Amino acid sequence: MTMTHAASAKRHSPPPAWRKPVLMGAPLVLLLVAFLVFPVGQLLALSVYNGQGFTLAPYAQLFASSLYVTVLWITLKISLATTLVAVVAAYPVAYLISIAKGPAKSRLIFWVLLSFWTSFLVRAFAWVVILGRNGVVNSTLMSLGIIDSPADLLYGFGAVLVGMVHAMLPLAVMTMLAVMENIDRTLPRAAGTLGAKPGTAFWTVYFPLSLPGVAASAIMVFVSAIGFFIVPALLGGRKETMITQLIIDQVQQTLNWGLAGAISVLLLTVVLVVFVLYDRVFGFASLTGESAVVRNRDTAMRRLGGRVLAALGSASDALIGLLPRRHPLRGRSEKPVALTAFVWLLLVLISLPAFLMIPLSVGKGGLAWPPSGFTLQWYQQLLDSPIWMQALWRSIVVAFGTGLLSMAIGVPAAFLMVRSRMRGKGAMLAFILSPIVVPRMIIAVGMFYVFAQMGLVGTILGLVIGHTVVAVPYVVMTMMAVLRNYDTRLDLAAQSLGARPLAALRHVTFPILGAGMLSSFLFAFATSFDELTISLFSSGGLSATLPKQFWDEVTLQVSPVIAAVSTGLLLFVATLIFVADRLRRRSLAG
Amino acid sequence: MSSSSLSVQGLAKRYGDFVALAPTDLVVADGEFLTLLGPSGSGKTTLLSLLAGLVPPDGGSVRIGSQDVTYAPPYERDIGVVFQNYALFPHMTIEENIAFPLKMRKVGAADAKRRAREALEMVHLPHIAGRYPRELSGGQQQRVALARCMVYKPSIILMDEPLGALDKKLREHMQLEIKRLHREMGTTVVYVTHDQEEAMTMSDRICLMNAGRIEQLGTPADLYFRPRSLFVADFLGESNILPAALRSRSGDEVEIGLGTQGIPGRALANGNDLPPGTEVRVMVRPQNLTVARGAGNAAGGLQGRVSEVMVTGSLTKVYMEPLDGKLPPLVAAFPTRNEADAVRIDDVLTLSWSGRDAVVIADAARAAGTA
Ligand SMILES: Nc1ncnc2c1ncn2[C@@H]1O[C@H](COP(=O)(O)OP(=O)(O)O)[C@@H](O)[C@H]1O
Ligand SMILES: [Mg+2]
Repeated sequence: MTMTHAASAKRHSPPPAWRKPVLMGAPLVLLLVAFLVFPVGQLLALSVYNGQGFTLAPYAQLFASSLYVTVLWITLKISLATTLVAVVAAYPVAYLISIAKGPAKSRLIFWVLLSFWTSFLVRAFAWVVILGRNGVVNSTLMSLGIIDSPADLLYGFGAVLVGMVHAMLPLAVMTMLAVMENIDRTLPRAAGTLGAKPGTAFWTVYFPLSLPGVAASAIMVFVSAIGFFIVPALLGGRKETMITQLIIDQVQQTLNWGLAGAISVLLLTVVLVVFVLYDRVFGFASLTGESAVVRNRDTAMRRLGGRVLAALGSASDALIGLLPRRHPLRGRSEKPVALTAFVWLLLVLISLPAFLMIPLSVGKGGLAWPPSGFTLQWYQQLLDSPIWMQALWRSIVVAFGTGLLSMAIGVPAAFLMVRSRMRGKGAMLAFILSPIVVPRMIIAVGMFYVFAQMGLVGTILGLVIGHTVVAVPYVVMTMMAVLRNYDTRLDLAAQSLGARPLAALRHVTFPILGAGMLSSFLFAFATSFDELTISLFSSGGLSATLPKQFWDEVTLQVSPVIAAVSTGLLLFVATLIFVADRLRRRSLAG
Repeated sequence: MSSSSLSVQGLAKRYGDFVALAPTDLVVADGEFLTLLGPSGSGKTTLLSLLAGLVPPDGGSVRIGSQDVTYAPPYERDIGVVFQNYALFPHMTIEENIAFPLKMRKVGAADAKRRAREALEMVHLPHIAGRYPRELSGGQQQRVALARCMVYKPSIILMDEPLGALDKKLREHMQLEIKRLHREMGTTVVYVTHDQEEAMTMSDRICLMNAGRIEQLGTPADLYFRPRSLFVADFLGESNILPAALRSRSGDEVEIGLGTQGIPGRALANGNDLPPGTEVRVMVRPQNLTVARGAGNAAGGLQGRVSEVMVTGSLTKVYMEPLDGKLPPLVAAFPTRNEADAVRIDDVLTLSWSGRDAVVIADAARAAGTA
């Protein structure tokens, strides 16, 4: 119980202060340098270097015809429209979740998460079925006699916008929610006691505080949308081609790496400009939910903004005043009925498409609506297909590998980001999060180029590395959030009670952080399980993952087996969320 | 109480340019109850954390017993720490919490369980072993934290404002409890608080801190009756601090003249060896002022007009404006009397005191100015 001489004798000088941070941060930094910076750099370099020397030929080609600029313009238009609609629709959902309590809150979050984690592919494919010539909408309208020949709903701007908004809405909600949860609930109420009516209190107090969340979700949606290709490829026509699709063409069909590099430079430039603007106005800190403080801006802008908000406030109060008054004294505790109804309608709408896959997967009539009869033949075909089964198995292995690797290098980095006071932390965090910022397509193509040289194409290891690069920022972010809520005095207490650092981790830190760590792991697992862009290139021709196999089937021939796969994925995700939530609750209950 | 259990030399800590603890020397005797007292931000937690090895120092050394532990991690020091918010492990039962340090010391499970139960009995909570921390009240959590710290009999226990979150009644109860346990176990305790009453009731010695340094170290009576600086006089309870000039010295007492009129009085020199004529401050505690009604016998005594009377149970406090307008307001305290002869607002009172109950405080700023 007294300490040993040996133990204290070796501690006469302080241990070097740099060693721990380096050990904790280095693996992640090395991974990103080797498999993000290097590949993307290679790809960009290919646009000005053709094997013999410097060239600008790809750029000449890029600007020779109006094609690429037009596509860039379309891409921006679709991305901006998607951002606008998704953010506006997400606001009431996030707001309701942030004010809800107990089981109501859990239910709301469950449905948002279900959409969030349901494969992009499944959701995009569902719209093909809904909007197709024999799809849900057309059959319904025709059977009601409203139209007598099917309308062309697919392959247009409207279809793409619907699909994109549907794909991005859950992301918008989750990002916004992170900020809204941190807004002090008492502030709008304080405004009330100071004489502000509810509308004014909302628009002049709550809304400005929630703006960083709106901004964060807008930029996340915009950046994801601009690098997206699944929705425009499945739901868009010629006129809705997005720039990422051109990159795929250059790499897969014409093998023109120089041009692919040049297009990537163009895309990356647009994204960087957007990010610089964002940082100027809001600061990156708001992205991680760290601070909900908007930096001081131009005062004229501020004054104008203030007036607009005050006007909105008075307008809402006037509208509220027109409504029949309910018992004024009980009014305060009343539930926001209209808001709740609206949000649930929205949640049903975003969940429904994936659920349509269930009846179709057991119907005899293929993918036409309405389904007829009952059969399990599609499931039988699925189980009998070695291609699907191998893809499933490969996806599970890769996702597990990605989860483990991401945790192994992401958790120490998150500890470093939250606990240390080192210099350059902001820069390091920005670097760690950069895989989210760089459009996925550029990462995927660059990685393919590098993997090909290293012989990693078509290997499990290659996929695990590739998926870890894009999954690890999410692990770091979720772990940072978890660690910020963790009382570090518990570690100190454990150490003062005699626990060595590893014992303190094992007996105290990890058990308490267990639920948070599990959800980080699941985040990485699910990111990998649903990853298509990197797998599209790096899985090689023969060793497809589940999303890659799905993609190949959908783009080549559409069979009801897809509906069976979709149903399976949906149930898998629902189970996962349910189990994760159960585990979280059990750990909270002690 | 003879050998030193803990000694600190030149111990210092900076955060960037900010000096959280200036180089500090401190020796704590075996079995002593030493309190670090001071306003918030004065460096108490910093000093305690350095003793516990929770943060590394920028200089100086820490010895526990005969060992230099300056850079030893907490788990290699033979200490126990009670944290302000208890830091009970939320995922362990009370018994598991208490058995944790034993488990870390490789004590067998059965033995650990028995000792954990004993520790719980010592803090009068034998029935809650199977519960989780959040199922306990603040006072119970506090006692569990104590039990967890004492179960492995560390040679030193460090406590950082352990009673800060409790209400007054519970706090007083726990103060007695901690004193009792300290007596029974004979452990050295370093205790942090910003509450001067708590420090006075519990400590063998008080180490009063201010702005990252030790302002004065001594018994509660030393600090209360013989403060070395205005800060100390002011921090420990109410006092009258009056400007005065030294007249003459006799033994350890001095003759003084108060205020502009040079009202005569006596005070302890308190080790200050200053020449006659030096401007100083004189401190008298309210309860050491004797109050007489009316203008008194000798014209020119210290007189005040009553501006406020407060009855706080057993004591009555009287606040006065001195008739010599240059003196600060005065406060006197005496046992509450029957209403018949109670003091009323606007009464004029005459105040006197014994030379043993007043003390000279060298006024560093003014001394420097006149030198
Ligand atoms: N980790 C830290 N980083 C920067 N400053 C600190 C840190 N810890 C304490 N300080 C500063 O050191 C001073 C002393 O703090 P502390 O020892 O906690 O005071 P006390 O416990 O007496 O209230 C305070 O001004 C505090 O702001
Ligand atoms: Mg403190």
